[in-house]
Order: sequence, then C-alpha cells, then structure tokens
Amino acid sequence: MKKYLAFFRLRFTMGLQYRAAALGGLVCQFFWGAMYILSMKAFYDTDPAAFPMTFPAAASYIWLQQALLTLVSMGGIDNEFFNVIQNGNVAYELCRPVDVYGMWFTRSAATRVANALLRCVPVLAVAALLPAPYGMAAPPDLPAFLLFLVSLTLALGVVTAIGMIVYMITFHTITPRGVRLIAVGICDFFSGNIVPLPFFPEGFRQFSELLPFSSTANVPIRIYTGDLAGREMVVLMLMQVFWIVALVGVGKLLEWKELKTVVVQGG
Amino acid sequence: MLKLYGKYFSIHLKSTMQYKGSFFATLIGSFLTSFTVFLGISFMFQRFHKVAEFSYEEVLLCYGIMLMGFSVAQMFASGFKVFDSMIANGEFDRILCRPRNEIFQVLAYRIDFIRVGMLLQGIVMLVYGLASCYVDWNFSRVITVIFMAVGGCVLFSALFLLDGSIAFFTLQGLEFMNVFTYGAIEHGKYPLSIYGKGMLTFCTFVIPYALVQYYPLTYVLGRSDNPLFIFLPLLACLFVVPCWIVWRIGVRRYKSTGS
Amino acid sequence: MIEVQDLRKTFKVARREAGFGQAVKALFHREYTYVHALDGVSFRIGDGEMVGYIGPNGAGKSSTIKILSGILTPDSGKCLIDGRIPWKSRQKHVKEIGVVFGQRTQLWWDVPVVDSFELLKEIYAIPTEVYKKNVDQLTELLDLAQLLRTPARQLSLGQRMRCEIAGSLLHNPKILFLDEPTIGLDAVSKLAVRDFIKRLNQERHTTVLLTTHDMQDIEALASRILLIGKGKILLDGSLEDIRRGGSHIDETVAELYKKFDVT
Repeated sequence: MKKYLAFFRLRFTMGLQYRAAALGGLVCQFFWGAMYILSMKAFYDTDPAAFPMTFPAAASYIWLQQALLTLVSMGGIDNEFFNVIQNGNVAYELCRPVDVYGMWFTRSAATRVANALLRCVPVLAVAALLPAPYGMAAPPDLPAFLLFLVSLTLALGVVTAIGMIVYMITFHTITPRGVRLIAVGICDFFSGNIVPLPFFPEGFRQFSELLPFSSTANVPIRIYTGDLAGREMVVLMLMQVFWIVALVGVGKLLEWKELKTVVVQGG
Repeated sequence: MLKLYGKYFSIHLKSTMQYKGSFFATLIGSFLTSFTVFLGISFMFQRFHKVAEFSYEEVLLCYGIMLMGFSVAQMFASGFKVFDSMIANGEFDRILCRPRNEIFQVLAYRIDFIRVGMLLQGIVMLVYGLASCYVDWNFSRVITVIFMAVGGCVLFSALFLLDGSIAFFTLQGLEFMNVFTYGAIEHGKYPLSIYGKGMLTFCTFVIPYALVQYYPLTYVLGRSDNPLFIFLPLLACLFVVPCWIVWRIGVRRYKSTGS
Repeated sequence: MIEVQDLRKTFKVARREAGFGQAVKALFHREYTYVHALDGVSFRIGDGEMVGYIGPNGAGKSSTIKILSGILTPDSGKCLIDGRIPWKSRQKHVKEIGVVFGQRTQLWWDVPVVDSFELLKEIYAIPTEVYKKNVDQLTELLDLAQLLRTPARQLSLGQRMRCEIAGSLLHNPKILFLDEPTIGLDAVSKLAVRDFIKRLNQERHTTVLLTTHDMQDIEALASRILLIGKGKILLDGSLEDIRRGGSHIDETVAELYKKFDVT
C-alpha cells in the first residue's frame, strides 16, 4: 500500500509541474462544457417537452462529465503502458515475480485519480458559481450523494478494467494508436459522453445499458443529478459490480495467455 | 517545391503501407470518432426534429462541410500537431540544417493518411445534405460551399500552425489550443448561432469560424441574400497572418535560446 | 575558412527542486539560474583542416556546433564561415555544410535508404549527374551497395551511421560537422567510419570539425585539437602538444580535464 501511495504522490507532483498544461486543460474543459450546455439549451428551447430530464439536471450532468473526464472516461487511459508495450520493455515487466495485472490495474487507477484531482476541483468550483440553470446544482439529498460516490468508485473499476483489456489487445497489434482510437470512440459513445444516454432512442438506450461502457460515467453522474433513482439505480449499480468481476476475469485470462507466449518465446 | 512535396508524399505513403494492419485499425478508429458524433446528431434530431431554425439535413450539410475542411487540415498540417515532440527530439534542429523553408518542412514532415476516414464521412454527409436540403442551387451557392470548405481548411491549418508555434514558448504545447481546433469541429457541427449572440460575436471577430460557417451557410440556405457572405470564407483565411507572425517570433526565440 | 571571435551565449534555466512542497511552490513562482554555455570562445579553422573538438559534457561543444550550423544565435561575438554569418543567412549557409548528429537519424525509418537519399537530392536541389556521381562514389567508399535497398530500421547502428554520413555528403558540402559520429558503434564500424573521414579530408579537402568522447577517434583523425571547458577554449594545439611521454590518450585527456578543473 505504501508503495502505491508513493507512486500516487509522484504522479500528482509530476502533474503539478506541468502547470501550463494543467491550466490549459482547465480552460479547455470549462469551455467545452459551456459550449455543450449552450447547445443543449438550444435544443431545450426548440422543444422543451421532448427533453428527457430537467434542464438544470442536464447542466449538472455536463459539468460533472467534464470534471470527471480523466477519472472515468477511456480518454484518461494511462499512455505509459502503451509505450512500455511498444518499446518492448514489457518483457521485463512480465518476467517480474509480481502480479502484473494487479500492479498495472492499481497504477492506472492511481494515475486517473491523480490527474482527476488536479482538474475536477477547479472545474466544479467554477461551475457551482454559475447562475441557476447553467450551473452545477447540489445533489438531491445526502444518500444520493453517498451512492454517487460508491457508484463513481465502481465506475473507476470498470473503466480501468476495460483499459486493461485494451492493453492486452495492444500486445498483438503493437502500435497502440488504432486500438486506442477505437476503444475511445466506442466507450465515449456508449457511456453517454457524446450524447447522454437518456437522449438515446428508447430501444437503443436499453441495448446500450447492457454494455459495460454504460457502467462507467453514465451511472454515477445520473445518480448525482437525480435522473437515476429507485429500482433502476439498484439494477445499474449491480450491473457495475457484475462488469468489474467479468472484465477483471477476462483481463486476467488474457494476461495469463500473454504470459504463456512470453515464456514460450523466451525458452 | 511541388516536386519535393511529391517526394515527401510518396515516402509517407510507402511508410504507412509498411504497417497495413495498424493503418486500417487506425482508419477505422478515426472514422468511428466522427461517426459517433454523427450518430449523436441523429439521436438528437429523432427527438427534437429541429434546433433553433435548422433542420437535420441543414445541420448535416453544415457538419459535412466543416468536417471536410478539418480532416484535410488534419491530414496535411498534422506536423504542427506533433511539433512539441519535434522540438524535444531535435527534429527541428535537423530542419534548420536544411536549405528549405521551415514551415514547408514541418508540413512535409508528417502526412496523416488515416484522416481519409473522416474526410469520406464529411463527403457523405455533405452529399446527403446537398441532396436532401431544399436549396435552389445556382452558381453562387455552389461557389459558396466550395469557399466554405477551403476557408475551413485554411482556418484549421492556421490554428494548427498557432498551436505548434506555442510549443516554442511552453515546450509542451498548450492543451487549451484544443478548444479552438477539436472544440471547433466538435461544436461547429451545429450552426454557430445556436450558441447565442456572445459566442457568435466571438467566432466572428476573434477566431473567425462564423465566417466560414454560419454566415455563408445562411446564404446557401437562402436565409440571407447578402452577396458579401459568399466571400467571407476568403476573408477568414487572413487569420493565417497573425498565426504566421507568432511562428516567426517563435523561431527567432528558438534560435536564441536553443530550446 | 571558419573564424570565430569571442562568442558568448548564456542560457536561462528554470530551477526545479525535488519534493512535493517545491512543486507546489513552483506553480506560483519560479527561480532561474544562468548558465554560461559559451564564455568568449575564439578560434580559426582553415580550409581542409580536420579538427577534434573535445571537452566534458556540458562544456559548450554542442552550443558551438549549433551556432556554426546556423541553428543558434549567440548573444555576442563574431562568426564568419566562408564569408557568411550562419544565423543571418540560414538557407544559403546550410547548403554549403553537412551536419551529422550521431545520436539522431535523418534517414526515414520505414523506407529503403535510397529513398531518403532521393529526398535529400530534392531538398538540396542537387543536379542529377552530381547526385549520381556522389552516390556511386560514396557507395564504394562506405561499402553501401548492400544497404541502399534496405529500410533504415533493419540496419545495424554501424550500417546506419555509414548511410547517415553518406546522406550528409550528397550535396558536396565544403564543411562537415560531426557530432559524436562513432558513439555506440562496434569496432569494425568505428574503423570504417574513421577511415572514410580521413579519406574524405585528404581527397576532397573537406573541412571537418568533429566532437567526440572517444579519444581514439581523435588519435586517429585529428591533427589539431580544441579543448573546451566551462565555455572557454582551454587549449588549442596538436595531439603531440598535449601528450606527455607516451601515456595512454584517455589518461592524458583525463589529466587535462583535471588540470583545468573542468570535470
């Protein structure tokens, strides 16, 4: 645990050193969120009856999404491991007498948390100060907020586990660019990053909720905005737990197969 | 100069084709990125049918034109997108050791063929938009569409140039420049007027996106008959000038600090 | 003819201290230190000379090479190369020089070497007959016949360096700057490269300025040595001048560094 804490601090310090990048990222996310909300407003004004949630909920959704981008979206995947795979240093990692899956999993999750801490607090602070329909509203009540935190942790687990599978696939393609683009494209879309899931046509939404990608940002953010509650929320949170177990299982299986081929090559 | 660029082009093509599998995977990824945006637009219009005064077909026409300009700029001006790493790995020193213009060499350094996926999608949406919009096509409207695509391409390239130039000053490049490039293509899928007066003014006078998008679009759709709007995309091309000046300052700074 | 007089160059470097608290502090306030990379450097190299430029890491070697190649503008001082001021007329200047950076490559990774050469032909606008003649000659001298059709990524380091050197000579430069050309090469390649540089200097009378940490390079090639340390030229003379009674060349140089306190 101490080892991981040290790693986390290192990451956080590294992030701090690139102050221009950090500031730029903030401006970027803030602007992005504002544009997104303005377009939502345009749709809302065109036909308020067709809007599947209240407008303030949509605004909160978008701000949270921006704030949590590096934490639970595929775009926040740790590129370092792609480099390790591409330059061949992965052979060393695989030969070490430690649980590679566990180590990589923890490290990529830690990277996400470290990056997100730098970014999400300022974005949320500014968003909370904005005037009523455009700003970030408080969650409906304390239990909802606590459930949001639980679900957010689960979402972090799901997205990291998907990331692990992406790494394992990269072993076979070596160059990560294509795999990364495809993974980000699919995950962004089905996690409601491009259009929130409640805006999907009904049948397509139900289909999307069966996929692991919707168990990432989609669930915690909608719990926070009050869009998701009651039985539906419980079902989707159980889905999150299921996907963590399933995806970690698949990832470990792939790692085991990978390890075998490395040993074969070495012998 | 053109012959030299041709040489670069064929080397890039040869290099890319050395890794066919990875090339096609990346092509699919690039296509997916813009295709999901298109799907998102479709979903929104299934629900709302219109946004402000624009129909689905009109938005697709708008996005198609912008995407064409953007993908061409991404393909041919992508050297500037990796310019911070060119400085870091000494590639820019190499460029300075050669008797050719620096901007030309950076442009020739990288040609990102995978953007063809995005370009194709832009063309498909443009054609669909053209076919299904109720536009009374005449010469000046066709010319306007062409100007919009060209102006968009030049404007995006200018922003990539600016983005690259900033690497002279910060070494890592500035992430907020993404707002003006990726942000513009992401949010420029809708006519800029839907974002309200303030944004439209910003995109008219600061970063002149509205000159290649909203104003000429209203002319093409017959919402305005101001003939000046036909030529606004060409005016927007002047944005290259300030970006080029920043580049010159950056090169001078680089030569005096060596980093 | 290369004439350098009283070149000065100072760099401003942001100080970065270790530790978490320091990183937070650096967010708001940064401290800088000034490094005098070149502190009044003067020398003169005649046409057809071969000069070894040595000194410990960070002594100012690469700053000098960068200034001579027109990449870097000095703070003050004069530099004339065949009548040109390198940083003032960059494009005209670099047409007449060749530069080899030992740790970087100008060859395109994934295409045959000859394709990179043909690109260089266009970049330097080399007339076709000159290009053909040079490629033939260089192919023979550097033994490239087997290599030209191979993609650079499949070449060994030594093979690549031979191609690299050939590439920077296609346009008949009168002056060649070599920055650590033998770094990381195996013994055979090292000898081949040295041998070639020697012949180049003798037969084409190309002026060669060579930086290296490999003292055997110097021993084999340079009749004259410039020793730089802490931004100053400490010694300008022949190998015999600095050698003391047959001791090994590495020891001689180490002693010199110690004497001038520049390690």
